[in-house]
Amino acid sequence: MSDIALRTEELSVWYGSTQAVKEITLDVPKNQVVAFIGPSGCGKSTLLRCFNRMNDLIPVARVGGKVLFGGANLYDEAVDPVEVRRRIGMVFQKPNPFPKTIYENVAFGLRINGFTGNLDEQVERSLRAAAIWDEVKDRLQDSALGLSGGQQQRLCIARALAVEPEILLMDEPASALDPIATSRIEDLIAELKTDYTIVIVTHNMQQAARVSDLTAFLYLGELIEYGVTQRLFTNPTEERTEQYITGRFG
Amino acid sequence: MIATLLFACGLVSVLTTIGIVVVLVTESVGFFRQVPIREFLTGTRWAPLFSDQAFGILPLLNGTLLIAFGSMVIALPVGLTSAIYMSEYASPRVRGTVKPILEVLAGIPTVVYGYFALMFVTPIIRQVFPGTGIYNAAAGAIVVGIMIIPMVASLSEDALSAVPRALREAAYGLGATRFEVSTRVVVPAALSGIAASFILAISRAVGETMAVTLAAGATPRMTLNFLESVQTMTAYIVQVSLGETPHGSLEYQTIFAVGLVLFVITLGMNVVSNRITARFREAYE
Repeated sequence: MSDIALRTEELSVWYGSTQAVKEITLDVPKNQVVAFIGPSGCGKSTLLRCFNRMNDLIPVARVGGKVLFGGANLYDEAVDPVEVRRRIGMVFQKPNPFPKTIYENVAFGLRINGFTGNLDEQVERSLRAAAIWDEVKDRLQDSALGLSGGQQQRLCIARALAVEPEILLMDEPASALDPIATSRIEDLIAELKTDYTIVIVTHNMQQAARVSDLTAFLYLGELIEYGVTQRLFTNPTEERTEQYITGRFG
Repeated sequence: MIATLLFACGLVSVLTTIGIVVVLVTESVGFFRQVPIREFLTGTRWAPLFSDQAFGILPLLNGTLLIAFGSMVIALPVGLTSAIYMSEYASPRVRGTVKPILEVLAGIPTVVYGYFALMFVTPIIRQVFPGTGIYNAAAGAIVVGIMIIPMVASLSEDALSAVPRALREAAYGLGATRFEVSTRVVVPAALSGIAASFILAISRAVGETMAVTLAAGATPRMTLNFLESVQTMTAYIVQVSLGETPHGSLEYQTIFAVGLVLFVITLGMNVVSNRITARFREAYE
């Protein structure tokens, strides 16, 4: 268990009467990048959003099964979702910086969590970790909305890193970005792997192949196949995986 | 054919507005031929109907602003708090019940609020502060405040709901509580829309007539004391319109001059509010 960052057991999610995720059991190993792939509507984002209880914000969503993190079930009654989200960070599909300064965007999570260390240092460290420090160090007090889409997304990564989460969840983090910005995010993911466990949802199979160590293929809410990325892409055991990665459906 | 008809309907309201402005301005011009603008705008005594005439609008302005300020002290915090509750805390079911109720509150005729002030609010004030008159600014300010809570709440709620979901998710994702998300992300992001709702509410309070006429009385006075009777610009216009002042006389023309001031104030506020709202629309893209 020590090298497992997070484990799901028979995890299901319903939206009203529709089951979006069907009894998925999988392990996310520490300091690895795990990619969830699959066609639109396969439940990959929903699954990801169980890992930091983001689905709680959707009134009709209902979760069954377990998500084990640090020995506890995240969906246990005693678990505070606010604390979960502090320890498991998230980067979203569209860059969503706050309409505040660049500095305040990164400092936000620290301020609300009562950070007592040196704020300036932590902001700089986070911006460096997200490979955006050199581009913004001279305009920390400018609005974050003035940055390009790719810069905004790296800022959002810096913002998530600032509170030093143990796991970083990324929900199609590059889907709204151009190819150059995308490649910078992918390089960044490779660097972050040494310090963080990363789970990334992507609908771009090349991206999954490039950045991840393990890949899970989901289809219609079910986990079809989960394994080492290189093996899954070159020699899938399931027919549906093969059909999907060779572009015959999805 | 249909286009012409629709155009004609639109024209009616435009022409009415133009007509109102023209009447206000021409009648005011007649008034200002006899009373210098300087005296009108800076005089501290308003007594056009007495033999010892005085045409200083400041007491009326004072009464109006006193009521507007007092009502804002009530309406802004309560309105904004209910807006935050509806937008960030309430379940869809609760919101679906509360918002229509608030809108019903907004539809109550203002004369009813005036009676509410006289029959309910003033007696309470007189118990707490003995010696307060039947007519007092406090009762007017309180009921006008209650009257515009729905407006502040509804418009602010619109502004809060318009804040993109993605911003809330970003804050929740960092471990923010619902309260932190509301106060540190959603409210600041919606600030211009909230400010616009505040200004519209002030404008409404300044223009409010029936309730303040009934509650605050008809004594033009320079005072900051809420327990005294005051007269607002609107209440004065009612007084003259319903009185026996001969049509076309100087006394009669005062109401157009007062009306013009009122019009300029509310128009100015609505323009400011529109500007702010327009800027707000651009904020996220």
